Amino acid sequence: MTRNLLVRLGLTATAGALVLAGCSGGGSGGGGAAGGEAGLIAVAASDDSCDVDVAELPAGTHTFAVTNNGNRVTEFYVYAEGDRVMGEVENIAPGLTRELIVELAAGDYQTACKPGMIGDGIRNDLTVTGEAERLTEDELLAQATEDYSRYVQSQTVALTEKNDEFVAAILAGDIPGAKALFPVARTYWERIEPVAEIFGDLDPAIDGREGDQAEGEEFTGWHRLEYDLWVLGDVSQSGPIAEKLQVDVAEVVELANTTELSPIQLANGAKELLDEIATGKITGEEDRYSHTDLWDFAANLEGSEAAVQALRPALEERDPELVVALDTEFADATAALEVHRSGDGWQFHDQLSADQLQALSDAINALAEEVSQVAGVIAG
Amino acid sequence: MSEETRAAPGAGSGPRLSRRRLFGLAGAGTAGVLAGGGVGFLLGDSVAEAGGPGGPGGRTGGAGYGDLAAATEFDGAHQAGIVTPAQDRLHFAAFDIVTDDRTELQAMLQEWTAAARRMTRGEAAGEGGAIPEVAESPPDDTGEALDLPASGLTITVGFGPGMFVGPGGADRFGLAARKPEALEDFPAFPGDTLRPEISSGDLCIQACAHDPQVAVHAVRNLARIGFGVVSVRWSQLGFGRTSSTSVGQQTPRNLFGFKDGTNNLKAEAGSALEDNVWVQSGDGPEWLTGGSYVVSRRIAMTIETWDRTSLVEQEQIIGRTKREGAPLGTGEEFDPVDLTAASISENAHIRLANPNSNEGSALLRRGYSFVDGTTELGRLDAGLFFLAYQRDPRTGFIRVQRNLRTDLMNEYIRHTSSAIFACPPGVDGPDDYWGRALFD
Repeated sequence: MTRNLLVRLGLTATAGALVLAGCSGGGSGGGGAAGGEAGLIAVAASDDSCDVDVAELPAGTHTFAVTNNGNRVTEFYVYAEGDRVMGEVENIAPGLTRELIVELAAGDYQTACKPGMIGDGIRNDLTVTGEAERLTEDELLAQATEDYSRYVQSQTVALTEKNDEFVAAILAGDIPGAKALFPVARTYWERIEPVAEIFGDLDPAIDGREGDQAEGEEFTGWHRLEYDLWVLGDVSQSGPIAEKLQVDVAEVVELANTTELSPIQLANGAKELLDEIATGKITGEEDRYSHTDLWDFAANLEGSEAAVQALRPALEERDPELVVALDTEFADATAALEVHRSGDGWQFHDQLSADQLQALSDAINALAEEVSQVAGVIAG
Repeated sequence: MSEETRAAPGAGSGPRLSRRRLFGLAGAGTAGVLAGGGVGFLLGDSVAEAGGPGGPGGRTGGAGYGDLAAATEFDGAHQAGIVTPAQDRLHFAAFDIVTDDRTELQAMLQEWTAAARRMTRGEAAGEGGAIPEVAESPPDDTGEALDLPASGLTITVGFGPGMFVGPGGADRFGLAARKPEALEDFPAFPGDTLRPEISSGDLCIQACAHDPQVAVHAVRNLARIGFGVVSVRWSQLGFGRTSSTSVGQQTPRNLFGFKDGTNNLKAEAGSALEDNVWVQSGDGPEWLTGGSYVVSRRIAMTIETWDRTSLVEQEQIIGRTKREGAPLGTGEEFDPVDLTAASISENAHIRLANPNSNEGSALLRRGYSFVDGTTELGRLDAGLFFLAYQRDPRTGFIRVQRNLRTDLMNEYIRHTSSAIFACPPGVDGPDDYWGRALFD
């Protein structure tokens, strides 16, 4: 890609972001930048509004304090151009306040609250002014892996919380509660699955399907519990499986948080998430008892976009046309899925007609063809 | 339609011969293929009358067909279609036995053998031919292979577990005591997505030829002969071979775009065939000695996701280079696979499938690529119809397939059909028939 070697001049607005996510319970953020010069920026979220204190900020580190005044669990995001995630807090239950620490360089951003944790959310513009750093290409790639690591961390926090709730519901024999939590807990896993899959033995134990086991291996994990919930309708014997799932997830979370993906792995991970959709979700193979495949579909799509957007500054340097194509196809695929929204979740896989599934398949194929180009551009 | 038949020798040959000559002269409009076919059949009939194919000037006939038109020897110690150099096209069919009558089953196998013998010579399935003397009769042969040469046709038969033991362990035909121990439906393998309606079967026919119409013709006519005794359960077309079974053949590529079957067991393997392909005396019931077990697996490929996988990843999954088919870290296709080489990933397909990773187990693969149109998602319904011959499936396919549990390729394939059959040894002359030793 000689073309790109010639275009090494500075990048536009969105460079040089550092993101730290934390929660008010005292958590995962760390880093001395907390609090920041600008003080706390209050965000009042409800089921249908998202009031952010400010619309303009100076470049630097800022802390958003997001209070959920609504009745639905919400999320809060800061996006750079192309919905590149600069920072996010997941799983803000009604009544809770959580903080997001994020370092923003000069540029145009958007904030979003996502009541119900789905969709594009309620957006506000946010303009940051001041000095913008210029990064070299190598720095852009290093930045991408750091950004994505933070994304993984935010997902693993929510994964642990939601999976704990799911396990608790199973242990309490609360079948309707566990059924409702099943696709939600999986969402955070499905968003970062390429990272989780690095840890060979854990993925089959957590997410293996019936029949995937070697001789003598037990069928465990989410899909075993899915079977108990939907097919047996009886979780009285499921306790040990649920507890093992909790242990396995804790282990994968710890490993994931100490792993940094290379930029190429990031690009391939984005593609693999879409292949997961194509082979596992559109076919209904993944959640064959609960038919909650579209939750996984949405999560895979979001995870893929997060990985691609982490690479966005580098891609803009190297192949701006590809960035345009990626934006278009991500928007199209998201819109194709959006048709099947149902309340806070999605339609069940077995409610979709063959034509509807084909439309989803076509959208993912079109998107994945573009995403599959990313690794080559990054490697070039 | 001309009367350019695959008629049996002697069936009204006088008048037909003259009509053939007429056709040969008048056939200019339909170009060399038909004309060539005509010449081929004239040759074929005269050879047949002279005592059968394979003799001097045998049916290597039709002008323009070259060797691809030739007939394959039907009789022999082993059935044809196993170590026979793999032909280009396949029609494979599995049947359920619908009769309760052992004699009917036995009689059908005799009829099948006779029809197969004729068809492999390029003749009609039934003695009456495709154009009967009495026009009020339906033809004895369905006719679509009229004017086509033998095209290397081989017809190979196999017996499934259900022929010996019916549902609930019933001894359907008094054959239960003769069921080979190894002839059992497979255990479930990780990742199986089998569809029962296109799996298993009581009998199978593998028809291979260089012309797809000749292969289809063979299955169609055998199915017709079998009405009332057997019923087609499922069948599969294959349009391109994915294995070499002879050192003289170039290694073909499968639909992943990779050379397939480089290290296959081949006809020239000598004693390795005895060790790995042919059932030996003492292995099990004596009727199967000289036979083999065939495993069929319809392996659908997720073509679309494979195609957007980077070249380096594709090569790592397979363990070979795409261009040359060389084991990674070497230069040429037939360089030995070094299992200690770090260049070949731990879960690469060629590492896990290699005999040295499977206690020496080697299979004779004879698979074909298929494209069965598109799925309801608008994706190509394509893949590899895997066929493998072995001396014992327990130390053959089952062992290898278990070892493939962690194969990197699994992400891109789905096994959708599975079956196993015991293929009796070959037949010895016109009085012999498939499975005679089993029924005697």
